[in-house]
Amino acid sequence: MNLTRRALVGGIGVWLFGAATRGRLAAQQETQRPEEEEAGALRDPASAGRSREPVSHGDNDPFVTGVEKRLQCTCGCTLDIYTCRTTDFTCTYSPALHKEVLALQDEGKTADEIVAAFVAKYGEKVLLAPKPEGFNIVGYVLPSLAVLLVGGVMFAILRRRTRMVEVARAGSEAGPSGLPPGAGQSVTSTPPATAEELARLEYELKELDQ
Amino acid sequence: MTLLGQFALWSALLVGLWAAVVGFSGRWHGRPELALSVTRAVYALFGVLLVAAASLWKGLITHDFNIEYVYSYTSRNLPGYYIVSAFWAGQKGSLLFWAIVLSLFAALAQWLTPARYRALMPYVAAVTSTVTCFFVTVMLFASNPFQRMAVTPPDGNGLNPQLQNIGMVIHPPMLYLGYISITIPFAFAIAALLSRRLDAGWIQAIRKWTIMSWLFLSIGITLGMWWAYVELGWGGYWAWDPVENASLLPWLTMSAFLHSVMVQEKRGMLKRWNMTLIIGSFLLSIFGTFITRSGVIASVHSFTQSNVGYFFLGFLLSAGILSYTLLHTRWDQLEADVPLESMLSREAAFLFNNLLFIGIAFSVLWGTLFPILSEAVRGTKISVGPPFFNKVNVPLGLLLLALTGIGPLIAWRKASTANLRRQFTWPVATGLLVTAMLAAAGMRNLYALMALGLAGFVTGTLAQEFVRGTTARRKMYDESYPLAFGRLVARNRRRYGGYIVHAGMVIYFAAFAGYAFKTEMEATLKPGASVSLRSPYGHTYTFTHLGVSQFEQLNRVVTQASVQVTRNGKPIGIVNSEKRQHFSEPAPGVRQKSFEPSTEVGIRYTLQEDLYIVYAGSVAGTEEAVYRFTINPLVVWVWIGGVVLVIGGLITMWPGGVVSGAPRQKQAGYEVQLAGSGAVE
Repeated sequence: MNLTRRALVGGIGVWLFGAATRGRLAAQQETQRPEEEEAGALRDPASAGRSREPVSHGDNDPFVTGVEKRLQCTCGCTLDIYTCRTTDFTCTYSPALHKEVLALQDEGKTADEIVAAFVAKYGEKVLLAPKPEGFNIVGYVLPSLAVLLVGGVMFAILRRRTRMVEVARAGSEAGPSGLPPGAGQSVTSTPPATAEELARLEYELKELDQ
Repeated sequence: MTLLGQFALWSALLVGLWAAVVGFSGRWHGRPELALSVTRAVYALFGVLLVAAASLWKGLITHDFNIEYVYSYTSRNLPGYYIVSAFWAGQKGSLLFWAIVLSLFAALAQWLTPARYRALMPYVAAVTSTVTCFFVTVMLFASNPFQRMAVTPPDGNGLNPQLQNIGMVIHPPMLYLGYISITIPFAFAIAALLSRRLDAGWIQAIRKWTIMSWLFLSIGITLGMWWAYVELGWGGYWAWDPVENASLLPWLTMSAFLHSVMVQEKRGMLKRWNMTLIIGSFLLSIFGTFITRSGVIASVHSFTQSNVGYFFLGFLLSAGILSYTLLHTRWDQLEADVPLESMLSREAAFLFNNLLFIGIAFSVLWGTLFPILSEAVRGTKISVGPPFFNKVNVPLGLLLLALTGIGPLIAWRKASTANLRRQFTWPVATGLLVTAMLAAAGMRNLYALMALGLAGFVTGTLAQEFVRGTTARRKMYDESYPLAFGRLVARNRRRYGGYIVHAGMVIYFAAFAGYAFKTEMEATLKPGASVSLRSPYGHTYTFTHLGVSQFEQLNRVVTQASVQVTRNGKPIGIVNSEKRQHFSEPAPGVRQKSFEPSTEVGIRYTLQEDLYIVYAGSVAGTEEAVYRFTINPLVVWVWIGGVVLVIGGLITMWPGGVVSGAPRQKQAGYEVQLAGSGAVE
């Protein structure tokens, strides 16, 4: 795909403008009633994969897809049931699990009850992410806690060190007698820098900013 | 040819062992001929492994199905470019690929490294040869690519259809190049520790290698996302799969290193930390290989399970223990030259940036290993999928994005309040403006809003840096704006190349935010029937099923379902999605179906959103088709972000571009030490 800079900038502009003027970003679906026409037979149906059942209302039901996205397919693919059944069309597990979800929905179970029923039947492994309870809390909390803890300790140490540096600098500027800078300068104090040294210092400082 | 390949592997083991033993022994101190022999052994190692690689390629090209590897991953009718890529499609071949590329990098490191670092090179050769020897050992004793079969089958098994994609020709080698090239900085770090030459010399010697390694990892990861998106058919590009995570880990630590190394270069700080990061990055690259090949964690990407996992685990533990023990013995010599002067400084910002990179790396590693830990502690098997990783990593990622904008605005050493106010005003205003606009437009997803708002802030920072730099140049040298801009980047490649990399990251984050608005539905359509789906932008797309056709193409039977797409009633094109049934031809006129039919997604890319159409199959062998329609906002920006990032990386590592005419300081120390040691020719 060839993208010019103008197209890129234009695209971002169109996108921002579109988002700003259209008001809502929530997506909606509209399904038209398909026209009933005769569908011809395929020459080699086996090459088109497993035969599919027509999509039912439950297949697109946000309640069902929402539940399925919380549960892992048991085929070993590591995908959730919804993604597996709509992606891996060779999987025989996810369509069966989908039917189980539909059956439990028909029984009037809530999303949490369906998930609980799956856990009871297939074990905790069927959950796409562990429940935040018991030992699992450690799993959820530890990374952020570690960052906060290390960050806090780092902040405290660095703050102390930078303060020590400031104190030391203030001390050296005040001189050993504690007098203000310049007062009572002895012949042993640092001589003023030469023009060459100042130029070098300026270059070094410039370098630091790169 | 297998005999030659086998012989080459054994020769590689012997040559590699020579380089490792002599290099580590230090006997070459004062004996230039021994130092030279170590260097030459590295070239020889590359030579013999090249013979081994050529032998396997010959087997692949000539369809020598008596070689188990050739039988397993190719067939007579496999297109030529996939025969070439079959070299790394399986475990055994990829091990050989790893060894040959590592030996090439090792040879290039010996050849290209300036003479002033010569005192390090025998140690570098020893480390690279040890790692190469490890891979050769695994091949010889556990996973031999030249293993023969008892009988010669008439045709091969063929290549998995999902690997028959141009992305899989490029993505694995890129990722491997990233993983493998980390060995060179690691080797220099170990060489610096062993030789006690712990000044900035080794850092300068590895600069290009570290950027190159990071760049290859970035390209490999992005291509992997692209392959997953166009080939796997689930409509996403990142699933937090253990193997994906394994590739992200060294990328995160290398990213941390690329930032913290600047602090060492400019201020002589973070020496211990940089050593730790480089060693850690190398270990994580081996860890990634261990995860992929051991079968210890379930993953869709894993190679066939085998006992090579034990080899990798043993190597990982040994390398970790030895490296960190060595680092511990040199700890006192790695003290910072100067202390941190202020918390409001770029050094401090880099420290917190490193904390976040490592925090994210830790959380990814933690989540990847948590199922094993949970089973060990509770005896219960659990799964850790995307909801876990998103919950833990998204907040950290957003903080990192914020620091991407904050870092360049803070001066080195110490920033004043007036300076901060001047620097932050415009970027903060830009971020707030973007957030307000999106919130007014109705965006209510908090993370997406924050990501896009922060993207606005970072964009403001980058724009300000470029504008100020260009304006200053224009005033100073009386140049036109384009010339001033071009020269600004060309003369300060590292700084402005880095900013372009940051721009790539901003684009990535904005694209990731778009994923929150993914919309999808399934539908069954007879020819002529339509279904409509409204996109997050408010467009109404109508998909009309045109029919299903079947034809033969290369090594497969293709079943193609076609959809006419209209947007708000206007036709915008036809999108095709396919089922591909691959077959092999063991004899002329004889066909055998190989693998299950695979799915090819139909995608229509636009800058706003992708239309992602999957033909799931047909009802009762007719043209009545089952589809999944997905609208994916901003996905194309992931790939654009990748391109921008690579351009920035290339600018950063492009030779030349010194800031001013001031002469570079010579690494006099190295030359003097070398002359003293007699290691110079």
